[in-house]
Amino acid sequence: MKNSRRSFLKISGLSALSLSSLSIGNVLASSAGVTNTSPIGDASVKPEALQAKKWAMVVDVKKLAENKRYEACIEICHKIHNVPNMPNKRHEVKWIWEDEFKHVFPGQEHEHIPDEFKEIPFLVLCNHCENPSCVQACPTKATFKRDDGIVLMDFHRCIGCRFCMAACPYGSRSFNFFDPRPFIEEVNPEFPTRMKGVVEKCNFCAERLAKGQQPACVEVSEGALIFGDLGDHESEVSQILKKRFAIRRKPNLGSGPQIYYLV
Amino acid sequence: MQKNKMYDKEKVLAGLTIFVIIVTFPFWYNMGKAAPAPEIKLSDKAKAAKVCVAPKSFMTAEHMQILDVWRESVVRNKKRLYSSLDGKNYNMSLSTGEDSCIGCHVSKADFCDRCHTYASVRPYCWDCHIEPKENK
Repeated sequence: MKNSRRSFLKISGLSALSLSSLSIGNVLASSAGVTNTSPIGDASVKPEALQAKKWAMVVDVKKLAENKRYEACIEICHKIHNVPNMPNKRHEVKWIWEDEFKHVFPGQEHEHIPDEFKEIPFLVLCNHCENPSCVQACPTKATFKRDDGIVLMDFHRCIGCRFCMAACPYGSRSFNFFDPRPFIEEVNPEFPTRMKGVVEKCNFCAERLAKGQQPACVEVSEGALIFGDLGDHESEVSQILKKRFAIRRKPNLGSGPQIYYLV
Repeated sequence: MQKNKMYDKEKVLAGLTIFVIIVTFPFWYNMGKAAPAPEIKLSDKAKAAKVCVAPKSFMTAEHMQILDVWRESVVRNKKRLYSSLDGKNYNMSLSTGEDSCIGCHVSKADFCDRCHTYASVRPYCWDCHIEPKENK
């Protein structure tokens, strides 16, 4: 068979036309028959979940000094959230811990502070800021702010860059330098652990709020920690803050911390 | 027109034969030796329940998408209650005990690993989530 340029061009043109009409036909056919056949149901918020406009916590420092429930608070939190107990202080992982006045409120200490404040430990945790710098720093949006004010982490998305740790002015974040599993004495199967290379911090017990429970530390604090909705003027926390003077950590930074310390 | 002539016919054909043999080697070498697709062993509880959160065919093919959608929903949107199309409610959780995926699918070895090992996929769910306690 003798091929000429003319016949080659004819054949290739015809094939291109038929191929394209075929694919257009496919698209038309599939879009015509589309109905919503998704076999996935709907998700909704559980009716028993505690909801708020703006969650906040009030720490009654004197009450806590009297009933000495710090350790109970720390223990229960770290236990239910599978926080590892690292032997080396440099690898420490903590969600809630105690510290002295001069470290908790730097710049506010002076030599005439009553002795009791110099000595008593203050409970510190993530401040669930209104303008969280960690959220702005996070390149993967693993850390985000929920509409109820809780600054939360999606551990699945954390790539361990630790920008959030540098950004947090309160040192509320810890990094897992090692696989935490061997350092958890008793694993709570109800909550995942973390893995090596992930940052973690207090989550205001989001998983307990979803079940209608108060945060664990609040529950064991015997009234020294009060948790509630600052968006609701009738709530206990709003009422307390109206009556009693409270200070916050590093308020001049503009991060808007939501942990209030009654002094 | 001059008749086409193939130069070095023997060498070319021998080379082509060797090439075809090498390329198709994995196919005929493994012929008839294909491992049978694994059978998932459902726990008694899963058998009794009969239905999962979505039709079986969908769960087989798309369970990873469901898990991904659920993660987004639970972690970011606070929505933890799933209503399936047949009107049942489920707690959206992979691994928090009775009221979660592993409440029914109680054995990781019999349920997850069978297919994952066969397909050579290594999901890292259990690096963080606590595995179901195997009933040994």
